[in-house]
Amino acid sequence: MDWVNVALQGVLLGGLFALFATGLALVFGVMRLVNLAHGDLGILAAFVALFLLDSFDIGVFWASLAAVVIMFGIGYVLQRGLLNFTIGTDDTRPILVTFGLSIIIQNGLVMWFSADSQGLDAGRLENASVRLTDQLAVGWYPLIVFVIAVVVIAALQLFLNRTTLGRAFRATSDDQEAAELMGINNRHIYGLAMAIALAIVALAGILLAVRTTFDPSQGPFRLIFAFEAVIMGGMGSIWGTLIGGIVLGVSQTLGAQAFGAGWGIFVGHVVFLTVLAFKPSGFFAKTVTA
Amino acid sequence: MTPPAETPQATAVPAFRVARSARMHRYVLVAFVAVVVALATVPLWAETATTRTLVTFFTLLALAQMWNLLGGYAGLISVGQQAYVGIGAYGVWLIGDVLGIHPFVSVLLAGVLAALIALPIGPLIFRLKGGYFAIGTWVVAEVVRLVVANIQATGGGSGKTIMSAARLPMETRVPGTYYLALAVAVGSILLVYFLLRSRVGLALTAIRDNDLAAQSSGVNVFRAKLLVYVVAAFGCGAMGAVVAMNLLRIQPTAAFSINWTAYAIFIVVIGGFGTIEGPLIGSVIYFALLQTLSQYGTSYMLLLGVIAVIMAAKAPRGIWGFVEKRWDIHLFPVRRELLLESPPPEERKPADRPDAAATETA
Repeated sequence: MDWVNVALQGVLLGGLFALFATGLALVFGVMRLVNLAHGDLGILAAFVALFLLDSFDIGVFWASLAAVVIMFGIGYVLQRGLLNFTIGTDDTRPILVTFGLSIIIQNGLVMWFSADSQGLDAGRLENASVRLTDQLAVGWYPLIVFVIAVVVIAALQLFLNRTTLGRAFRATSDDQEAAELMGINNRHIYGLAMAIALAIVALAGILLAVRTTFDPSQGPFRLIFAFEAVIMGGMGSIWGTLIGGIVLGVSQTLGAQAFGAGWGIFVGHVVFLTVLAFKPSGFFAKTVTA
Repeated sequence: MTPPAETPQATAVPAFRVARSARMHRYVLVAFVAVVVALATVPLWAETATTRTLVTFFTLLALAQMWNLLGGYAGLISVGQQAYVGIGAYGVWLIGDVLGIHPFVSVLLAGVLAALIALPIGPLIFRLKGGYFAIGTWVVAEVVRLVVANIQATGGGSGKTIMSAARLPMETRVPGTYYLALAVAVGSILLVYFLLRSRVGLALTAIRDNDLAAQSSGVNVFRAKLLVYVVAAFGCGAMGAVVAMNLLRIQPTAAFSINWTAYAIFIVVIGGFGTIEGPLIGSVIYFALLQTLSQYGTSYMLLLGVIAVIMAAKAPRGIWGFVEKRWDIHLFPVRRELLLESPPPEERKPADRPDAAATETA
């Protein structure tokens, strides 16, 4: 029963990975941009929430909500003020610029908050758990995170499929020039896509920060896990990232259970590389272009 | 190479030849040799602190050349070259301490080890493109780091002291490491230079300009990229081995640090992307900044990040790109230029080329 329990923890952890991955996949889908600072921006959001919580007496919920809104704004400004200039030039520029951003955010956070581990306190919620059977129990908090992830992914999918703006996103993704000819302002769409991506990753970063301690150096790891979820799930598929995240989460928790705590992440990477070797398009690929 | 003359259209092409060197390049060669010889005398008169500082400079230069070979010429933006730096560093320990081979020789073998490991990894991560390739290289570096940090044999998280090197008397170790570092730096420049002058170089230039067009012109893109990936792994491995020799101590977090790649990217982006001169200038600038500002630590990295972002967004060809564009100077003759040997056809009398005239009327 131990193993089932561990696997279940992995599934719930996968929800958090998927939440980190969704923004990465959205931005890539809409504008073929791989944001190497994606993980760092999620961690930045956690620090913003921490700063708001410490500065104003507003409670963790409102501080988090404010941080998500702030990251939405930062996303739009970042895209229109900087990243839009790198799109459509050559492939290397966006990679280098976002890598530079990653370095800036990490070192900026160290300067501002120091390299120490921080925590966001959500009270009793963190440790409460619910018994499923006699031997099976899951924490309320991981369960809530998983449900939030599913709801966010479903909402994003609905937004893309059912709304006018979502249609503009898909049109831009399919053919930028044709979309522009149909009167879509691509630059604005890119800005909105980055804004939504950063709002989602902000939520992910804050949920992570409540779950464990966090520090400025964690961004790259979050980026790597998100990337593995995206590739395993299959590019172009939003639901695929959830499956990819779950596969990664289960691999990590089972790996840690089998070989010791230090090996969990390693096993996750190995599973990812195996998928890359035998099914490089992932489980639910919709687009093939990279 | 002469233009084919079978078809009427082709005869309209004037006679040309492909030139790669100019008179200036002889002076550049003389200067290059002079600088290397001058640098070779440094251990004879300088203090240990100076030679050690130069070792750091040489390793950064080699690292930047290798990163530029990947990113600037093959279009493979890697943020995971620390994998091979670390493998090289641990390679010296493995080959020197465990296998008992002389540490000076083990530097070269550590490079070979890195290349051998890169050979199967390349095809796997080539399945990813662009930014996703970049993160893929990072995953590989993390995998290697986790293995090294988690097993007891390599000393786990606390690392190892390289005893085979530490036991060498200081008067051989310090100059020996210096010459190895110089050899790795000069070797990295020569490696890129001769690679670019070879057939592969032409393929690489085509790939850099347009991957798809190169493929459809018959370039084996996969093979060219794999070659570059393995060569860059070799260079980074040898460079990492020299770093380990210089520090005498290896530790997974430092050996596999993303900072290695960050330094390389700063150097290449500031100096100039896709040229041999760029990483040279970039390393000098980076090193000067390092000597004056590194005491500020975090804010220094922040400043470098800001410079890199601005340069990458606004001036992606870097300082050397600006020089090239402004004055058309190329220190290393790796470009192929078309030189016309005869005046263009429209200046000739039509009687000279009856078939050319015929096509015009047709």
